[in-house]
Amino acid sequence: MSDVSLPVGTTAPMAPMPPLQRSLVMQMRRRRQLVITLRLLVLVVFIGGWEVAVRLEWLDPFFYGQPSGIVMRLIEWIRDGTSVGPLWVQVWVTMYEAGLGFLIGAAMGIVCGIALGRNAMLADIFSIYIKIANSVPRVVLGSIFIVSLGLGMWSKVALAVVMVFFVVFGNAFQGVREADRNIIANARILGASHWQVTRHVVIPSALSWILASLHVSFGFALIGAIVGEFLGARHGMGLLIATAQGSFDSDGVFAAMIVIAVVALAAEWLLTLLENRLVSWRPEPLRE
Amino acid sequence: MPQQPDSAVRLQGVARRFPTLDGGLISALEDFDLDIRPGEFCAIVGPTGCGKSTTLGLVAGLARPQAGAVSLFGRPVDSIDRRVGFVFQQDALFPWRNVLSNVVAGPMFRGMTRAKAEVTARDWLQRVGLSAFETSYPHQLSGGMRKRVALAQTFINGPDVLLMDEPFSALDVQTRELMQEELLGLWAQNKGAVMFVTHDLDEAILLADRVAVLTARPARVKSIYTIDLPRPRNVADLRYEPAFIRVAKQLSDDLREEVMRARKQGTAAT
Repeated sequence: MSDVSLPVGTTAPMAPMPPLQRSLVMQMRRRRQLVITLRLLVLVVFIGGWEVAVRLEWLDPFFYGQPSGIVMRLIEWIRDGTSVGPLWVQVWVTMYEAGLGFLIGAAMGIVCGIALGRNAMLADIFSIYIKIANSVPRVVLGSIFIVSLGLGMWSKVALAVVMVFFVVFGNAFQGVREADRNIIANARILGASHWQVTRHVVIPSALSWILASLHVSFGFALIGAIVGEFLGARHGMGLLIATAQGSFDSDGVFAAMIVIAVVALAAEWLLTLLENRLVSWRPEPLRE
Repeated sequence: MPQQPDSAVRLQGVARRFPTLDGGLISALEDFDLDIRPGEFCAIVGPTGCGKSTTLGLVAGLARPQAGAVSLFGRPVDSIDRRVGFVFQQDALFPWRNVLSNVVAGPMFRGMTRAKAEVTARDWLQRVGLSAFETSYPHQLSGGMRKRVALAQTFINGPDVLLMDEPFSALDVQTRELMQEELLGLWAQNKGAVMFVTHDLDEAILLADRVAVLTARPARVKSIYTIDLPRPRNVADLRYEPAFIRVAKQLSDDLREEVMRARKQGTAAT
């Protein structure tokens, strides 16, 4: 009985935890441990199942690879380099192309999105063309870029830019349009000029939209760079995959995929850090 | 005559019409006349959706009338006037700025340095009792506290004309009463003209020098009541006094007629 009447919320931080609070903390900790255990279990079952299926000859490793083979290939690449040169050079080239394309495309998308979002006339004129450009499968442009910009990195950067631009542009435009009319009216009456409204109201309120698009579009930049390398290149992860494909090396394709996934996750993590810094004013997301 | 500075806000024969989707026109205001003297607290009541907020938008310079003239201190309104302050019904604070940065916004938009603006802003935050919440963000405050920030944000510009669009309608009854008293206190120091739109008759009578009752759409001023209750007023007690009840009854009958007409028009939606 006395447990229930304890004032849970008013405990001093150094005082021993009252029983009710302690049991709630224990409960949360136990749930967390359970989740982690189950996650690991899923991973083990999947990878283990794959390996076992190959060893029992239910799956043909020629087509589907095999986990141990993929690990061996990764070790070999790291130790001896790949068929097209050292692994880190390929990773670096692809990251460089994707990163540069991402930066250029995102900057262009943000500037154009805000400019069009703030100017109804420009928006009315250009919206139809942007819709058309957006419906064209942009990967095909890769061929044009290879022809015009050559086998070097600029054709890949250009493809990454095109892939990123439309996503970021669309979100920036929408974010500007969604800015609260009351807040804009308030700023204007408080004395803000058109530029001040853009700078102090429209951009901050479009920021969550823009940041959301950056998450998605970094993946697109990576696709742009890799597809570009696929179509013709001297270095890069795309070339590595194309070479592995050419020699029917399924393990090599999977190993390259894993390398790319690790790189993409690292970039994603960096973007999340940036996002948390930029929108620190937002309320904590609801947790159950 | 129009140059005479005896009116802070003057609307003369004002009309505001909106095109509808089926090609017709809806008249929000038609032939609307109203005069508010400098330093006067004028409340405006009327049926929902009759065009009260539209009127405020015209005075603020956020929209233009299709006919008639709107003027502030004898000068026609052709853009947003610097002497105007506006408190909105919904939250209009900048959610990405903390309380202090919200209050300094007005002076800084108008060219004051941050350091100078912060000194004034701290003074206003103290007056609305929020000194301890300088670094809080709006989402961390209660509805009443956010309204206080909005008041400080508006009053810091020293408006000669204060436009208020049902500012307290989203608050609970107790908080609303506190905010009404707070507003009267701030207004007593600021001494600007106030145009206070509300659908709450009691609120109108408790706060205002004059109450204008609007007709159903298209809105025009139906009648104006002068409220002779002495100031300073005690919002909590005043509503039980016979003088208050008498005025309230009279106004309520007047407004009721219009509400019934508005309902017949089927314009219950805002």
